[in-house]
Amino acid sequence: MEDNYIIEMLNITKVFPGIVANDNVTLRLKKGEIHALLGENGAGKSTLMSILFGLYQADSGEIRKNGKVVKINNPNDANALGIGMVHQHFKLVEIFTVLENIMLGDEPTKLGFLQRKQARERIMKFSQQYGLEVNLDALIEDISVGMQQRVEILKMLYRDNEILIFDEPTAVLTPQEIDDLMEIMREFARSGKSIIFITHKLNEIMAVADRCTVLRKGKCVGTVNIKDTTKEELSRMMVGRDVSFSVNKADANPGEVVLSVRNLSVPSSIHKTNAVRNVSFDVRAGEIVCIAGIDGNGQTELVYALTGLERPSGGTITLCGRDITRASIRNRSKTGMSHIPEDRQKHGLILDYTLEENLVLQRYWQPEFQNKGFIRFDAMRSYATRLIDQYDIRSGQGPVTIVRSMSGGNQQKAIVARELDKDHKLLVAVQPTRGLDVGAIEYIHRQLVSDRDAGKAVLIVSFELDEVMDISDRILVMYEGEIVGELDPKTTTVQELGLYMSGTKRSTVKEMSYA
Amino acid sequence: MHNESLSKKNVFHLKKITGSKAFSTFTAALLAILLGLVFGFIVMLIASPPNAVPGIFAVLTGGFRRIADVIYYATPIMMTGLAVGFAFKMGLFNIGASGQYTMGMFFALYAGFFFNLPRGLHWIVCVAMGMLGGLLWGLIPGVFKALLNVNEVITSIMFNYIGMFLVDMWIQTTPGMYVADKARTAYLPASAQMPSLGIPNSGVNISIFIAIAIAILLFIVLNKTTFGYELKATGYNRHASTYAGMNGKRNIILTMAIAGALAGLGGAFAFLAPSSIPGSSVTYEPINVIAPNGFNGIAVALLGNSSPIGIIFSSVFISHIQRGGTQARLFGYEYEIIDVVISVIIYFSAFVMLMQEVAKKALRQLLDSLKRPFGKKGAEKASDAQPAAEIMAEPELSEVEKEGQK
Repeated sequence: MEDNYIIEMLNITKVFPGIVANDNVTLRLKKGEIHALLGENGAGKSTLMSILFGLYQADSGEIRKNGKVVKINNPNDANALGIGMVHQHFKLVEIFTVLENIMLGDEPTKLGFLQRKQARERIMKFSQQYGLEVNLDALIEDISVGMQQRVEILKMLYRDNEILIFDEPTAVLTPQEIDDLMEIMREFARSGKSIIFITHKLNEIMAVADRCTVLRKGKCVGTVNIKDTTKEELSRMMVGRDVSFSVNKADANPGEVVLSVRNLSVPSSIHKTNAVRNVSFDVRAGEIVCIAGIDGNGQTELVYALTGLERPSGGTITLCGRDITRASIRNRSKTGMSHIPEDRQKHGLILDYTLEENLVLQRYWQPEFQNKGFIRFDAMRSYATRLIDQYDIRSGQGPVTIVRSMSGGNQQKAIVARELDKDHKLLVAVQPTRGLDVGAIEYIHRQLVSDRDAGKAVLIVSFELDEVMDISDRILVMYEGEIVGELDPKTTTVQELGLYMSGTKRSTVKEMSYA
Repeated sequence: MHNESLSKKNVFHLKKITGSKAFSTFTAALLAILLGLVFGFIVMLIASPPNAVPGIFAVLTGGFRRIADVIYYATPIMMTGLAVGFAFKMGLFNIGASGQYTMGMFFALYAGFFFNLPRGLHWIVCVAMGMLGGLLWGLIPGVFKALLNVNEVITSIMFNYIGMFLVDMWIQTTPGMYVADKARTAYLPASAQMPSLGIPNSGVNISIFIAIAIAILLFIVLNKTTFGYELKATGYNRHASTYAGMNGKRNIILTMAIAGALAGLGGAFAFLAPSSIPGSSVTYEPINVIAPNGFNGIAVALLGNSSPIGIIFSSVFISHIQRGGTQARLFGYEYEIIDVVISVIIYFSAFVMLMQEVAKKALRQLLDSLKRPFGKKGAEKASDAQPAAEIMAEPELSEVEKEGQK
């Protein structure tokens, strides 16, 4: 039996000052299997993989390959042992071509000259074998995220890696791309490569993995065969309690129109055309409207225009009866807009500020928090303490924690707390649960629904079909910058929604009614 | 990365941690200086081996024999240091402190020569005029940056030249300001000179107190006000500050104007200084050279970690080394060698950020070995990376003597 394991990480312990990131964790990977590594944000998955990849050294425990103890001091050692990793944030040179990126670090040369042709042939071979089609001469900055991921995968193949680590590979992909990736992973497994698949999406684990190791708070909860388990059991292992997957909510009770958008067009930052074309819709108090669609169909630009980050090229936006088309961001905020941004680290937080400083980011100028331009630190502290308590934001040092050191889930909770607690009529939330574990997703969904029940208008942009179907009272589908359909989640199916999202189906009746 | 069980203890440790952080920044600066001195010593050893030991000794201790001068020369670079550091807190690299300094000097001198005001009021008006001159020269790059998105580094470099040539031209063509046969500005009326501290053979005057007061004021602005909150937020993350509805354009213009005013004050302080010889004063020589005090300000700001309080100390230190440098001439070292040594020290001071990591690690190990590990740290590593490390300014030092005449 022992011989079956290609990699064994035995009793790994890694302590950072104050935190035990891995506590006696054991992970054994069989040859030719897809092994999922499941855990909440901050459960120690990344640390464990960083140890395997040579970025950290374990304080105790050992790593064996094919039964022999090995020492992995840096990523080069890992590479020599055939261990490759696709990081969550890709490590690619943007201004290099696909080919150059794949060769980088392992270039075939002759008298110091690059042998591109040789590399190209080698890559083409893998590309055909696994159905990984890429344009080798395209620049990285010009290709989609899904394609960039393929480049990362090809990099591993090019280096003859046989143990492939995927760190949350599906977080950035569209549903179609996810299906493709699953197929590619299965193909790898069939050809004898072993895969460690880090994720917190249970559906994907159920679909593709053979076995699953679950971590919770740095400890190994157990390893299970996927055949013998259920989603519910996995989530219980991961979170330590039962988690509900569907959102419990009463029927919506829409009131007056809060947000009204008419014939809105927004220029694209990349192309000369408009990214949003002639879009009209309303959001009413007490309802959750979801904008569904595949990433890159104008959702980001639409939200930028609504929230004031970008100027629209035409149309009007009315909030609570006031025309805010050209209003400043501060004025929109004062009129009653809250905004949970798509990119929490770019827009939502100042990572080098403390938690309390971030919690007043939208309110520091209000009389409650300043007096003649001087910040009222006592008010800030007590306000932050209340929010931390009320929204269960966990951090090392409470209000004075530097936000950069907090986990993604808790960073998002801080933003949610700030935006919901602020006096608002409309909440615009973009991908509010991206990259979060099921516990945090459940929590944020509950908060969004209770905001709706408090009579606020809620507009959510999401790329995740399950989320759209679960949480919305009304669905608007965006395709190529236009709203191509308005659906009722109670009567529609995922399949129908998919048809609208891919542009196969569209209805024109609804959008005419706003004219 | 949280640990509930530790949260109570952490509240208790709060003071200790913030204290140790400032402490590690300070140790880092000391380490950088030490390394700089070692390399400076090597340079002196190569230049003239037998004199290296007394030479470096003179560099280190020479300033102590001329404390009044150390302080006198520290004041202008404290102001230009603040001008650079303050803008840097907002993520703006104000390389134009020299131009602002020169413009401030001209405005102050102009008021000194041509405004007829009573004693006691005259110098105050001159200082205010100097501030105004610098403010204008900082404002313009700020406006370009805010409204047209022109990089402030480029504009302010060009404004260094424009300011310097304009001022040199104005001075040489303004009768009553310039003494042609000496090729220098005339002596300022006594009423325009700042009150001396009465130390013989030194121009040291009350401006040092004004400069320190301004540094403390800036510290308060940065750390206690909503303006400082916005400023630092913008410096850390421009996108998030926009998202939060901060008026980025207004803040850029305001910050550059304030930075310019600070450098302008530096120019005023340097040239409104009293002279120990009755009837004379500090004079300016228009020789088409960009004021080195502006570039020294970059070094001061880097060594002081852009913190107003840090800058008070770093400016005094750099002034001290420079005074000591002049003493090293007694051992046969040319000005240029001394400049090289000083440059090396300052160059290494730019590694403060790097040193901070080293110092922190050493400190942590020390504490860990003394007692059980206390909360946090592990995850905090990345949080200290500041943009400062990216900008490796090579401050060009040339003798400060040129500007002031005994």
